[in-house]
Amino acid sequence: MKILTTNIKLSNQSDIHIYESRGGYKSAAKAMNLPAETIVEEVKASGLRGRGGAGFPTGIKWGFVPKNQDLPTYLVMNADESEPGTFKDKLLLEQDPHLCLEGLIIAAKALNVHLAIIYIRGEYAYGATVMQKAIKQAYLAGYLGEKIFKSKYALDVILHRGAGAYICGEETALLNSIEGKRGQPRLKPPFPAVSGLYGCPTIINNVETLANLPWIIEHSGSSYAKIGTAKSTGTKLISVSGNVSQPGVYEVELGYPVLDFIQNECRGIANGKKLKAVIPGGSSVAVLRADELNNLKLDYESLLAAGSMLGSGGMIVLDETIDMVEVCANLQNFYAYESCGQCTPCREGGHWVEKLCRKLVNGTGTRKDLDLVQSVCSGIAGKTICPFGDALVSPTLSFIKKFPEEFEKKIFRIKTYVR
Amino acid sequence: MISEQISEQTEKKLKEIIAQYPDPKSTVIAALYLVQEEKGYLSNEAMLWVAEKLDLPAVRVKEVATFYSMFRQQAVGKYHIQLCRTLSCMVTGSKALLEKIKTRLKLRPHEVSADGMWSYEEVECLGSCGSGPAMLINDTLFEHLTPEKLNNIINRIEAEQPDLSYSTLKETLGQGLK
Repeated sequence: MKILTTNIKLSNQSDIHIYESRGGYKSAAKAMNLPAETIVEEVKASGLRGRGGAGFPTGIKWGFVPKNQDLPTYLVMNADESEPGTFKDKLLLEQDPHLCLEGLIIAAKALNVHLAIIYIRGEYAYGATVMQKAIKQAYLAGYLGEKIFKSKYALDVILHRGAGAYICGEETALLNSIEGKRGQPRLKPPFPAVSGLYGCPTIINNVETLANLPWIIEHSGSSYAKIGTAKSTGTKLISVSGNVSQPGVYEVELGYPVLDFIQNECRGIANGKKLKAVIPGGSSVAVLRADELNNLKLDYESLLAAGSMLGSGGMIVLDETIDMVEVCANLQNFYAYESCGQCTPCREGGHWVEKLCRKLVNGTGTRKDLDLVQSVCSGIAGKTICPFGDALVSPTLSFIKKFPEEFEKKIFRIKTYVR
Repeated sequence: MISEQISEQTEKKLKEIIAQYPDPKSTVIAALYLVQEEKGYLSNEAMLWVAEKLDLPAVRVKEVATFYSMFRQQAVGKYHIQLCRTLSCMVTGSKALLEKIKTRLKLRPHEVSADGMWSYEEVECLGSCGSGPAMLINDTLFEHLTPEKLNNIINRIEAEQPDLSYSTLKETLGQGLK
């Protein structure tokens, strides 16, 4: 079952005429004639959950926008894909930009939005040029601007480039960035749906989440809910990297067994090596050992029950030759560098943990250092404004817990000589 | 301090971008991109120009310029290599690439070569995890790298001198290598 990738890798899909010839923009045209409540109800019925990482039900999130208020509502497409291991939105943005735009138009109609902003990370320069061209084509075709699809509805879209900051994928940091500020997360509540961009109600949805909407409007929410599992409906893009024979982006029905996925889709582990561990949902989730993957399914509930998360679907596969202490230190380097610096536990703790991990990698770390890593982590988790602190802590603790022998081996011991 | 002299076309483009937004302050990043494109990096005078055009205190511009990793406060080479060092690229061989860059260019990170052509730095995840190891040269992505391929790319860039940058002014990415 393919919803998002049916037209990927067909040539010139980023051209609006090619997209239209495959039935594109029909759902958006249909949505223009539907009452907003009907679209919201369809999305609620679909069970679609946010594909950016948190997995919050999209229809319910939309329902948080206050009714009957005077302020305008804004919609933001979150294309700030920066989680290590995640590159699925890039595929959609570069290969099928009109699918993303059509989803954006449908969501805008459902939320009575007249200005939508696409926030794309600065490093995706090529994606930005493709998207910019797609937006221009959509304006010329009358799908954006005044009186879109010959209705009375008006919708403008701005492409907003970020400039290199992982944290801007966090909703409120992203809003601050659009407002021309440092990308530092805000305290919640108020949540963006109540008070977001310029203090107005704002909905932020991931690229992949929005790209599902044309299908849902075409086929109905209940048809979508039949795909996948009862609580994890639909398909999910999984971006696989690391030591597999065929890394890349795969669209799978939620509930697909992890080991079958690695074997059948990714053609197994590269170079005939053995599987050691999988980080299933981007670098911020707990690692799973190979023996924990038996009968494990790729969906939100199963991975949560296994002590990890489906997250963004950024799967990193590691083979038997990989040194897990080094993996841990590498990720700590990332988090130490990317902390926005707002909360002390994350700003200082991140660098501290990174230094300690680096010592362990170099063979100069002691048992005290290893204990200290865990103690510093407990001083970070849950003590910061945004989930970045937890995103740093949960993988670290999982590496230490699941590969204790590797950390143990690296500990520096003073040799004692007995006469 | 007197603000930098900036060209009329850059100012015209900034006005166009401002007109899109409900609030001009939202264009700080775009304005910094425009000025960096024209001047190569963001001097205090250049940031002051942005502050004046957007009617903001200078510190509001500087705090943004120093927050985002794609803004620079000093000059880089005509071709600036950003090598990804995060996990997926590390396990597929980014360390060997770093060694190759070091021996080939004989530079320290952020140091500019005597002819002004090259500089490099290590960066965090570029979102090319499935086709790593990867690097950006200016704004153009190079994937599936090996030390030999990297060496070859440097040779070709030196011979062809291609445009590898994204232009906020023209909203286009350079044509890249032939």
